[in-house]
Amino acid sequence: VVTFKWAHVQDPYVIALWILVASVAKIAFLLAHSPVLQPASPAWPACSSSLGGRHGASGLMGDLKIGLLDFLLFGSLIAAVDPVAVLAVFEEVHVNEVLFIIVFGESLLNDAVTVVLYNVFESFVALGGDNVTGVDCVKGIVSFFVVSLGGTLVGVVFAFLLSLVTRFTKHVRIIEPGFVFVISYLSYLTSEMLSLSAILAITFCGICCQKYVKANISEQSATTVRYTMKMLASGAETIIFMFLGISAVNPFIWTWNTAFVLLTLVFISVYRAIGVVLQTWLLNRYRMVQLEPIDQVVLSYGGLRGAVAFALVVLLDGEKVKEKNLFVSTTIIVVFFTVIFQGLTIKPLVQWLKVKRSEHREPRLNEKLHGRAFDHILSAIEDISGQIGHNYLRDKWSHFDRKFLSRVLMRRSAQKSRDRILNVFHELNLKDAISYVAEGERRGSLAFIRSPSTDNMVNVDFTPRSSTVEASVSYLLRENVSAVCLDMQSLEQRRRSIRDAEDMVTHHTLQQYLYKPRQEEGGSYKHLYSRHELTPTEDEKQDREIFHRTMRKRLESFKSTKLGLNQNKKAAKMYKRERAQKRRNSSIPNGKLPMENSVQNFTIKEKDLELSDTEEHPNYDEEMSGGIEFLASVTKDTASDSPAGIDNPVFSPDEALDRSLLARLPPWLSPGETVVPSQRARTQIPHSPSTFRRLTPFRLSSKSVDSFLQADGPEERPPAALPESTHM
Amino acid sequence: MGSRSSHAAVIPDADSIRRETGFSQASLLRLHHRFRALDRNKKGYLSRMDLQQIGALAVNPLGDRIIESFFPDGSQQVDFPGFVRVLAHFRPVEDEDTETQDPKKPEPLNSRRNKLHYAFQLYDLDRDGKISRHEMLQVLRLMVGVQVTEEQLENIADRTVQEADEDGDGAVSFVEFTKSLEKMDVEQKMSIRILK
Repeated sequence: VVTFKWAHVQDPYVIALWILVASVAKIAFLLAHSPVLQPASPAWPACSSSLGGRHGASGLMGDLKIGLLDFLLFGSLIAAVDPVAVLAVFEEVHVNEVLFIIVFGESLLNDAVTVVLYNVFESFVALGGDNVTGVDCVKGIVSFFVVSLGGTLVGVVFAFLLSLVTRFTKHVRIIEPGFVFVISYLSYLTSEMLSLSAILAITFCGICCQKYVKANISEQSATTVRYTMKMLASGAETIIFMFLGISAVNPFIWTWNTAFVLLTLVFISVYRAIGVVLQTWLLNRYRMVQLEPIDQVVLSYGGLRGAVAFALVVLLDGEKVKEKNLFVSTTIIVVFFTVIFQGLTIKPLVQWLKVKRSEHREPRLNEKLHGRAFDHILSAIEDISGQIGHNYLRDKWSHFDRKFLSRVLMRRSAQKSRDRILNVFHELNLKDAISYVAEGERRGSLAFIRSPSTDNMVNVDFTPRSSTVEASVSYLLRENVSAVCLDMQSLEQRRRSIRDAEDMVTHHTLQQYLYKPRQEEGGSYKHLYSRHELTPTEDEKQDREIFHRTMRKRLESFKSTKLGLNQNKKAAKMYKRERAQKRRNSSIPNGKLPMENSVQNFTIKEKDLELSDTEEHPNYDEEMSGGIEFLASVTKDTASDSPAGIDNPVFSPDEALDRSLLARLPPWLSPGETVVPSQRARTQIPHSPSTFRRLTPFRLSSKSVDSFLQADGPEERPPAALPESTHM
Repeated sequence: MGSRSSHAAVIPDADSIRRETGFSQASLLRLHHRFRALDRNKKGYLSRMDLQQIGALAVNPLGDRIIESFFPDGSQQVDFPGFVRVLAHFRPVEDEDTETQDPKKPEPLNSRRNKLHYAFQLYDLDRDGKISRHEMLQVLRLMVGVQVTEEQLENIADRTVQEADEDGDGAVSFVEFTKSLEKMDVEQKMSIRILK
């Protein structure tokens, strides 16, 4: 009745088992926290470096049937650098964002460059070394550019197609991931068909479409795509490294030539370093953010070879390339060596280099606290000053994008939200944020956000049994990606001489619970591009907490000012009318009204406003629009189809609407100071804060809301004020 | 290049700003671009709301305070010189600054002392020249996660003030603050490379 049909399933079964074993091994390695032993993928145009190395090698190796071309071929494939191990290290040791981007960009483009070169040389080899003429060389060079650029173009075309398609998938969410996968794969196949660079095609397809697709498809689809891709990537890596391992123990292909191997190893490191230094020097002349020596060290040392090199070497045609086995064995050795040796040592190296720069000393409580504060301040100032800077081209591009591309490629609702909503609103769970703040308001105390008991305090075992202390401390430290290893060292030193247990507790609490600065070191990208993490849980939590706090503070201080303002009756009446209107608009949260309607309701309101004293009107509607958009955005489920309307407690209580509405407005205004000069005053009196204060006795605002507008008040439209005054 | 030079002409008092802050022309231009980009309604100045629009600040524990620091003395707008003045604190310190310093000229904005003073002002909200225990507690509250209880926080605040307080008045004056951080590489910690 039931038979054992092994032969039937043998092949897939064995493969699946292998993959399973390899994945379990990966889990084991991750638990053991060795970031290095994670397989990885490609990188930079370090081809030049390796190619250079090839020439020197030929003389020393005795009788080998290798010609220049074979060397060039080998050089091009051994140059394929795989920086994922380096990226994994970056996740633990902070390096600056620039470095992260460079390494990551290297990984994207290196594939293409290497493969293209490889193909070019392989076709030369196929022709036979002696038959290659000058024309062929030129053709080779030209084909390099054609292939790369052509591949890019194909990718961009498909990106356009993909974005366009996803614009219309609002009602068929379930097939969105399908579109993404299929169209991307098609771009790959198409460029293969045209013998262009398929990798570049798919890379650029991804790069270009990301922005629009992300805006167009639903959250779940995005997650699906991300999960699947990571899974596939992980699986593919596993398989290829498995092959690597298996080949390594295959006696038939093993060929050893000491000189070749050694020279290869030496040359790839040396030439990579040379290449990095040269190119850095060149780039630094045009860069505002310079690449420092430590960056260069990391870049050159981080040149781990990996899967691509191996794959390419195995694909060599054994007939044309006589010494294929030698190449294969050498490649395997190189991969092992770089991954194991360089991969394991890069983290200590970076830490050592960073520590050398910073003070090597136990930080005191003050220093820790203030140091962390400085980090926060620094990242805030960086955000304010705009890290990357604006340049003409980028501005032009974003202008072009805004005007044309986005209109075509992005769903209309996504366009609106993109413009006015803080990105952070998207990242956080909006429902949580609102209900959280509302809850807090209801309970009415700050204590709400604190956990009531000391249970949550970390219990670090301070008994002299060093092993347990070490385990828990280091475990905790690993949990919180620490800014500088300095803290780790300090904690260990303290541990050794536990003089003041309480002191340690304090330090420890601080250490553990201080918010980490926005990890500019590729923090925002980290979780997107890492192979092993999917969501930033710690960061999210921290962000959420801080965000709640910030928003509630803004709300709170706003509320206190608002209470003092309902003095003027007319103002109050006006206000009530607006509130009523807002309540009408509060149907928004139920997800029924799309964003467009909110804007329309809004214009109705504008007309209403015109009936009354409307000198503030344009300002008002701007502030209100900011507020309404905030509201609408905050209940953004309209844009993404989530089924349930949000029963938003914020909207039920009377003031709540205005509270959150005007959260955007300057909340620090106190009634006494605010004043709105009359239209005439505005135009006739020079604008400056002090003059406005002097005007206080002359005129109080006729609308309560006017006071809030004070901040962005009259000056807001000095040019516009003049023509309007004439209308009066 | 054409557009660039036209922008340079648009910055009023560019020279005096440069002298005061020490920014290079290129940096100043860049900051002016940024200022204009932040100034959504082209008002010519920034309001708090413009700064609050920067999303990343909402998830920065000290974000609001830093925004406040742009509006000294209760003003509601910050114009370009004011904007640049705050940012000038974060200019990296170069050796030339200290060498060629004319003893009569005021200290450059990005000196160590001024950097520390900027941070000090973020803590010292009531501007009495001292960080009281209460103010320290408030800062701690901002910077620490929700799992820490009130008693723990007060404890930490106490110890922090104690550690730095030398004259025993229960508050940290600017001098004490500076002294407690003398070993810290403030110049490096409070500098942004791109703001050369």
